[in-house]
Amino acid sequence: MDKNVTVYSTPSCPWCLRVKQFLKEGNIAFQDLDVASNQQAAQEMIKKSGQMGVPVLDIDGEIIVGFDKEKIKAVLGI
Amino acid sequence: MLDLIVIGAGPAGITASVYAARKKMDFLVISKDIGGQAAWSGDIENYTGYQFISGPELASKFEDHMRQYDITVKDNEEVREVKKLDGIISVASDKSAYEAKTVIVASGKKTRELNVPGEKEFKNKGLTYCATCDAPLFSGKDVAVVGGGNSGLDAALQLTKIARRIYLVNIAPEITGDPVMEEQVRKSSIITVLNDTRVTGVTGDKFVTGISIKRNNKEEALAVGGVFVEIGLIPNSGFVKGVEKNELGEIKVNCRNETNAGGIFAAGDVTDVPEKQIIIAAGEGSKACLSAFRYLLQHN
Repeated sequence: MDKNVTVYSTPSCPWCLRVKQFLKEGNIAFQDLDVASNQQAAQEMIKKSGQMGVPVLDIDGEIIVGFDKEKIKAVLGI
Repeated sequence: MLDLIVIGAGPAGITASVYAARKKMDFLVISKDIGGQAAWSGDIENYTGYQFISGPELASKFEDHMRQYDITVKDNEEVREVKKLDGIISVASDKSAYEAKTVIVASGKKTRELNVPGEKEFKNKGLTYCATCDAPLFSGKDVAVVGGGNSGLDAALQLTKIARRIYLVNIAPEITGDPVMEEQVRKSSIITVLNDTRVTGVTGDKFVTGISIKRNNKEEALAVGGVFVEIGLIPNSGFVKGVEKNELGEIKVNCRNETNAGGIFAAGDVTDVPEKQIIIAAGEGSKACLSAFRYLLQHN
């Protein structure tokens, strides 16, 4: 079954672009939340990850901070 | 034993790899993060052939170019030591160990850290090295930007649209960044410039709540919810033993990218070549590979 993927990002962050590019290349559907314009999403991200750096991925409740390709692959099972 | 190991896959390392592949050398690439600093750059408007391209896009084009060849790339692997013994160059990483006849060190630069108490603890918990990435998360907060050079001024100016109040903490007696940006900083009503001021610590609870600073020989506390460290870059050269470096830690190379140790070459931002530019790093990478190729012909 497809996993529920959310990416918390800012428009200006190079690593956020790369995470999203990586997911797109793997045909992984995801919800993209812009924490620069969406304060509620920003608070949610800080609460979930306990930190303030972007990008943050939430894959079925598993939180990954940064573009950690290996970990993302492992959690997604790809 | 390999002909060549390329350390780093930024513009210099990737270009060296493309050349090595085309020379059909027996080699591999070890990289901590493919794309290197280029992937962190914002808008690039001075790489010939592209009137405009973003850093991540150019980095991904570099990577595609490299992967077009059948190259062994050890990604997410960090080199810990390079040394030459009895004509053999050994490379030890966090995952494995290798031997080669030649090495190209193209490991680039990394962000300089403050080296003060609290810095590691609060990294990403209010302290960041990437204003471009994380600034929007500091909406309405009082923040400190550390650094009076161009990247410090740039971060402070970006933050004027986001933060409530900005302290620009500068260790030098005067701003060293471009006068055009300095003027913009001076005009802003929410930026306070603190020259001749050193950050001595970062404090907080779960997240940053302040910094301690020292000026006029007096310690002061500054309440801030964010710290942006923008104090420049240092070369990733510490792992290379037995090669000459300059006072900045950059590896000394001649015009053929040779270091003082035969068989060890270096290219890009980790070297003492003047001007750190993507296009220069790429050119230096190609030159280093051709020099390594020639070295192998002479020493086989």
